Amino acid sequence: MIGLPHYILLGAVLFSIGVFGVLTRRNAVAVLMSIELMLNAVNINFVAANKFIAVDAVVGQMFSVFVIVVAACEIAVGLALIISINRQRKSVDLNDFNLLKW
Amino acid sequence: MFNFSAFSLFDAVFIAIAGVTVLAALGVVLFRNIIYSALSLILSFLGVAAIYFQLNSGFLGVIQILVYAGAISVLIIFAVMLLMNRDAGRTNLTTPRTKQLFAAGGITAMMLTALTAAIGFTKWPVAQLQGNDNSITMLAEAMLNDYVIAFEAAAILLLVAVIGAILIAKGVEDK
Repeated sequence: MIGLPHYILLGAVLFSIGVFGVLTRRNAVAVLMSIELMLNAVNINFVAANKFIAVDAVVGQMFSVFVIVVAACEIAVGLALIISINRQRKSVDLNDFNLLKW
Repeated sequence: MFNFSAFSLFDAVFIAIAGVTVLAALGVVLFRNIIYSALSLILSFLGVAAIYFQLNSGFLGVIQILVYAGAISVLIIFAVMLLMNRDAGRTNLTTPRTKQLFAAGGITAMMLTALTAAIGFTKWPVAQLQGNDNSITMLAEAMLNDYVIAFEAAAILLLVAVIGAILIAKGVEDK
């Protein structure tokens, strides 16, 4: 009974939860965590489509590996930026991040 | 799409894992204490890893546990401990304006409805899950044959990101 649409649906639900987190959180670290949720949802879709549709290929898992690589880079640089801004502003509230505003 | 006649152990396992994953993801978004959010995020990552194992792609499951549930969550928790200078119960507040909150909820609900409708209306190919898992061999061959440029570029990207993260987090010294 459980097939490809259920996995895609799980990915859609996780992605929507991530979008809600990105739109509502004020803490910059929480926004990064929500972005990680969204990337995970995309990975589920890639792997499920790979395993159900193109069973002889491995392209979907390949893309998932690269998404994981980019997500690791993104979280490392993002947290470093937040720590750096926190040193100047003493805050992790996104409403205080107006350093580029002239 | 929803036919409850043939209900197997595979389906029960999927529903259990998916439920835990979605609940943990909701916890990430809704907890008021950011430490609870981070721990909930680890649970969600482990749920996604279990989904990979259920999909017969063990390599990605192991990668998910190593990279996400291991490295990234430790990084996030360390950053939270470095950054926390207020009381922990109020570190993960939502935006104070209810108008923005309702707008975000509306956007999310509309998007989820559209995605669910699209999934429901799509004619999916009837395919069975492959029984055996030989994806590690195929992944290795693909990585070092067809995708070798992307593979090396990913290595360089990781190196650049690590060096950049160290430099940015260290900050410039005042002269």
